[in-house]
Amino acid sequence: MDNIAGKKSSLSIATHLSVLALVLIWLIPTVGLLVSSFRDRDQISASGWWQAPFSVELTFRTAAGGDAAQIDGDWVLSGNIFDDPELQETFGSGAGQVTAFSVSAFDPRAAVAGTEIETRDGAMLTVNPDGTYRLVSAEEPSGTQRIYFAAKTPPQFTLANYRQVLTADNMDRAFINTMTVTIPATIIPILIAAFAAYALAWMDFPGRGWLIAAVVGLLVVPLQLALVPMLNFHNSIGVGQSFLGIWFAHTAFGMPLAVYLLRNYMVGLPRDIIESAKVDGATDFQVFTKIVLPLSLPALAAFSIFQFLWTWNDLLVAKVFLPSSDDAKVMTVKIADDLLGSRGGDWGILATAAFVSIAVPLVVFFTMQRFLVRGLLAGSVK
Amino acid sequence: MHPFLSGIVTILIGVGGCVAYFYFSNLVLDKVIFPAQGPRAGHNINRANQWRPWLFLFPAIFVLGLYLVYPVVGSFLRSLYNRAGDEFIGLGNYATLFGSEAFRQAFLNNLLWVIFVPAAATFFGLIAAQLTDRLSWGNIAKSLIFMPMAISFVGASLIWKFVYAVDGDIGLINAIRAALFGSEPVDVLQIPFWNNFFLMFILVWIQTGFCMVILSAALRGIPEETVEAAIIDGANPFQVFFKIKVPQIMPTIVVVWTTVTVLVLKVFDIVYAMTGGNFGTEILPSYMMSFMFRDDGRATAVAFVIMVVVLPVMVWNIVQARREMR
Repeated sequence: MDNIAGKKSSLSIATHLSVLALVLIWLIPTVGLLVSSFRDRDQISASGWWQAPFSVELTFRTAAGGDAAQIDGDWVLSGNIFDDPELQETFGSGAGQVTAFSVSAFDPRAAVAGTEIETRDGAMLTVNPDGTYRLVSAEEPSGTQRIYFAAKTPPQFTLANYRQVLTADNMDRAFINTMTVTIPATIIPILIAAFAAYALAWMDFPGRGWLIAAVVGLLVVPLQLALVPMLNFHNSIGVGQSFLGIWFAHTAFGMPLAVYLLRNYMVGLPRDIIESAKVDGATDFQVFTKIVLPLSLPALAAFSIFQFLWTWNDLLVAKVFLPSSDDAKVMTVKIADDLLGSRGGDWGILATAAFVSIAVPLVVFFTMQRFLVRGLLAGSVK
Repeated sequence: MHPFLSGIVTILIGVGGCVAYFYFSNLVLDKVIFPAQGPRAGHNINRANQWRPWLFLFPAIFVLGLYLVYPVVGSFLRSLYNRAGDEFIGLGNYATLFGSEAFRQAFLNNLLWVIFVPAAATFFGLIAAQLTDRLSWGNIAKSLIFMPMAISFVGASLIWKFVYAVDGDIGLINAIRAALFGSEPVDVLQIPFWNNFFLMFILVWIQTGFCMVILSAALRGIPEETVEAAIIDGANPFQVFFKIKVPQIMPTIVVVWTTVTVLVLKVFDIVYAMTGGNFGTEILPSYMMSFMFRDDGRATAVAFVIMVVVLPVMVWNIVQARREMR
């Protein structure tokens, strides 16, 4: 409509560019997390994730040893530092390139590759960019000479972080716990809410308007209010901090949105169908199960997605209503309390754990987006 | 029994129980209490239909009452007692709260959140909705901006921890600063006052997609004639947007704004995961969690303060809902 009457919008390019900028700002942090989770841990701390496709300069140490040969009165020890079996894994064959070297652990980049430096024993050491070295000394060398060097390593992508997070860090247990919390807490409220929504949408009784207003009001009651009284209540009826308790809590906390969303959708169903069914002698129960429920599937799907995302991503309710022992931790608690605390600096593990926890919601989001949008609109736009 | 198995059993019991409740209670109402036969059949049918709505509503009203209505009263009563819960101290907890520097800080920070986050999220959402409206790749762009909605607050915090990190090889901000200005890395989460905005932006990042989706639908609902008429009268695109479109979708903007406002008052995860409330970033929900399990009296008092802050929004929502039903 911006270009009617043959007036082409001159803002077109600006629009494209600003949307592109917005999308990039919104997308880049997540991409960073994803890339980081696949990178080798040494490389993560040596270069930014945006440099992941390029080689990274890391420092290594190796030892020059073996038999020295006597040439022109000097003892010469030569070889290639990349022949070290421990380094083979990082560099593969012939991929490494030395940039600097030294004989001191404190400053591995003291000398540029190709130059000559003096070791503590008075020998002269040269390391070339291709990894060949030459150690020349006046006396027969005893023992081995440590060489510290910096070399460009090829970019490395690995599943090691995932292996560690999923096996060693109890994240597998947390993943199952999250599923255990989420699935019942998503399914159980639906039926309860659907009946209530039908009553509020299509049955006439005194006080209906007030009940709908109450549901709207309860939508915004802060969860925090319920924490202390309900935990005390759970303790007094013997549920305590347990999965049973958190299922109850999530069912109740999701209820206002469920009733509100489903009622808004059901009210919009065509009146003729429902009234003609009633004229034909259908009871309310039949109208609900045979007509309204099947027609409301999109709204039911939308609410399920909301409730699924909300319970999967929840931290607050899980911290309060689940025991704090390790075998009952859900992923959000695990990440916020364990990994961020003790593993604050281990970026590879953090990125991987975060990605494991957001992977399922992202899949749900991208496959069910249509329903999600429809549900949002049913709730807010009249 | 493994929790996962008990989860499956709970699903079966829960769903089965619900179905059984609705079916049998309905059956009992129609066949036993008010049978639709005999001399009073007509009367009974009417009576049964009067009772049925409450049958349908009962489970929902029960859980709502227990978990959301009772706690409003329960929390308030509990907040009038001391830490152990055995001594009535009146408004003592509130007096202690308002006397403490930490609470005032949390309260002011929270005000900042309530003002900035909904405003920024609605603004970006509106911009994104308008710009993507007629773009060939608009749906892809929308979908990507909407994506953070699926990510947990903890996950989002971690994502942005990478961006904010001090280490120039991890943190994008410090890397860009170093590349452009050669400046020393700073920890943006420790800059007094402004660190709050870095935390708020995480929530803006999450919520913009929500605002965009709803506002985008509202923009599409605008009658085309009004826009056409404005263009024919010589309005430029900015005038069309600000003077024709925005006023028409104002009700939706208000709905979006209040929805985000209410959400802001629930989110404690971001502060908890990013700074733990240190460096002057405490907000009420995270302040409340610092008393949870330690001092129920004060925890409930903070929760009730949050409730009081939400109250105007709640009243406004109810008034709107009542008006729409008329």
